[in-house]
Amino acid sequence: MTNIPIEGLDLSKEIKQNLPPDWRKYFSFSTDHKVIGVQYLVTAFTFFLIGGFLSMIVRAELITPESDLIGRSLYNSVYTMHGTIMIFLWVFPSLVGLANYLVPLMIGARDMAFPRLNAIAFWMVPIFGIILLASFLLPDGTAQAGWWVYPPVSIQNPSGKLINGQLLWIVAVAISGVSSIMGAVNFVATIVKMRAPGMTYFRMPIFVWTVLSAQLIQLTGLPVLTAGAVMLLFDLAVGTHFFDASEGGNPVLFQHYFWFYSHPAVYVMILPIFGVFSEVLPVYARKPLFGYKVVAISSLTIAFVSILVWVHHMYASYTPGWMRMLFMVTTMLVAVPTGVKIFAWTATIWKGRLRMNTPMLFALAAIVMFVFAGITGIMLASVPIDIHVNNTYFVVGHFHYVVYGTITMGMFAAIYHWFPKMTGRMYYEGLGKVHFWLAFIGTQLNFLPMHPLGLQGMLRRVSSYDPEYAFWNVIASIGGFLLGVSTLPFILNMLSSWALGEKAPDNPWRAIGLEWMIASPPPVENYEELPIVVAEPYGYGKSEPLVENAAALKGH
Amino acid sequence: MESSVEPIQGTIAHTEAHLEHTHDVQGTSLFGFIVFLLSESVIFFSFFAGYALLKIGNPNWLPPGVEGLEINAPLINTIVLVSSSFVIYFAEEALKKEKLTAFRVLWFLTSAMGIYFLVGQAIEWMGLPFGFTTGVYGGLFYLLTGFHGLHVLTGVLLQFYMLYRSFRPNNYQAGHTGVTEVSLFWHFVDVIWIILFCLIYLWQ
Repeated sequence: MTNIPIEGLDLSKEIKQNLPPDWRKYFSFSTDHKVIGVQYLVTAFTFFLIGGFLSMIVRAELITPESDLIGRSLYNSVYTMHGTIMIFLWVFPSLVGLANYLVPLMIGARDMAFPRLNAIAFWMVPIFGIILLASFLLPDGTAQAGWWVYPPVSIQNPSGKLINGQLLWIVAVAISGVSSIMGAVNFVATIVKMRAPGMTYFRMPIFVWTVLSAQLIQLTGLPVLTAGAVMLLFDLAVGTHFFDASEGGNPVLFQHYFWFYSHPAVYVMILPIFGVFSEVLPVYARKPLFGYKVVAISSLTIAFVSILVWVHHMYASYTPGWMRMLFMVTTMLVAVPTGVKIFAWTATIWKGRLRMNTPMLFALAAIVMFVFAGITGIMLASVPIDIHVNNTYFVVGHFHYVVYGTITMGMFAAIYHWFPKMTGRMYYEGLGKVHFWLAFIGTQLNFLPMHPLGLQGMLRRVSSYDPEYAFWNVIASIGGFLLGVSTLPFILNMLSSWALGEKAPDNPWRAIGLEWMIASPPPVENYEELPIVVAEPYGYGKSEPLVENAAALKGH
Repeated sequence: MESSVEPIQGTIAHTEAHLEHTHDVQGTSLFGFIVFLLSESVIFFSFFAGYALLKIGNPNWLPPGVEGLEINAPLINTIVLVSSSFVIYFAEEALKKEKLTAFRVLWFLTSAMGIYFLVGQAIEWMGLPFGFTTGVYGGLFYLLTGFHGLHVLTGVLLQFYMLYRSFRPNNYQAGHTGVTEVSLFWHFVDVIWIILFCLIYLWQ
């Protein structure tokens, strides 16, 4: 009678036994770049769920033409917070987390250049996330000016109170900026100064190149947004007139400040994902990355050109004709180094023996969707089309193919690919594939209809619309809910695999790279002896060793 | 609680001790600081660009009743601040030659010149007939001088901290990157002021 085994009890016991004994470190002020990397990823994913929940409220409102679910001003709050959270609390921190985890491992360093600065930069993320979310509790609600907070809308302050949603928004984004600058200084110093012996620039994995390029953009662009945000803050809180046209100010100046950063910011987001593609494809195609040096240089080229394209967001903002032409040309120029990369990835998988597991599926789908987003991007770069579809769902569709179809899908590819390394456990392939197919179909259903809607003239940021747009909106909403559902197998997979998954070997994918030559998960200081690198990365199909002292990396 | 905090702190100390043996900590710190300064300078250049854009093509630039800025007192202020860059250079040279007393005297003189600049700025602010919210001009004037003044204040505080550290025994055994960085910061603040002075006081 007393010997009846209780299943639940055994399970929880097993979970306890299998939990890493030092799991508490993930809740501490750790200076280990790997712990900080995981902290970033988990925090960012939590905010991704919040931002995703908000997007489903938007899609629920738009499933009918009338504004009947939430009030119009709450609708403004919801899409403003959705955009802000997804950009500043999901895409940026998740990419920084991935880079934090991988860059020191990939260049053969024991940690980042400034470990304590790294930890401080991370802990700012939950702080400003909470500040931003707290604005929902204010009597007048959150910021409602959209994620780009253009004046005069953003400086109206209808509540008349000093502490208002827009003020908290600016404070939160300012803290995010400080955190990002700290991170950028740290990454650049780490990559320039901390590479292992023999790790020359042209032996660095492409992911490191893309992180370097992205962080250089942060260092150049973010201060410009900071300047604009400081002036906006004074306009809002103190009553200065920098962007107030009635007193000689210029609201378009804010748009320049904003887009000078926020367009290159798109490359801050996408470059590391290009890096992920360049890491993942050679592993599962068993071929070296095609044109390694060209791909490396094209990251820097994209970073440089991206600084000169911001006015393409402002064709309709009283921009003179010559300036429109100039920025049309520079914007289209970005397609050249980007096209080089697409070509290199295609050539990499060409005639490879492809292994279609979850990270590969996500990476390939993300590249396909990126090509589509790139084509609509070129359409938007040309002035006549942009003037026609300005402020419509065509633009929304375009950038959701970038930020969800490419960046978020690419991020999932990265999480699955390095999950065994980060946790020491294998994920469940079946659940991964379920996640992939739900996410892939959901993305098409959600974002493809936005293109015809935009071409027909449906404006963005409205909670009601003409009934003729209803068909595509219903499809998009179904897609949106499907994307919500798609996160469930992912969450289940991550939690159950981390606790109960099969133990991962050092190199489950037979990948070539420094991080795969040490234990999963790697020990606190990564390398017992620093690697002495003797070859370029991606030596698939060649028999040359990557390092001189492979046995010594793990110690005895 | 104590027991759970202890090993973490131990790990930090251990990691940092280990890191110091594997790479050039001082050189990395200096490099990181230079990268930060370059990035910081972009904020100033953004303000300068905004100033120029708002000024060009604005017929009612100065607030009503304001003829322009008085230039003599700010010029003296400028000369003091720019000279302090030379003083801090000699302070650093003294430290390199291990003349600690000369270093401290020159270093303190730099701080004193910085404080003179800040006081002069405050006196000028109090005598002006326009405020922060007086049109675009007032806003930009106080924004630029105030943001720069904040950097001067930061520089002076950092200098005081370095001066305090110079009294610690064996402070310079591992080099003096801190002093080099504060000195770089001071030169940076100076160069920014020269541009700012040209934009606001000379280009009227």
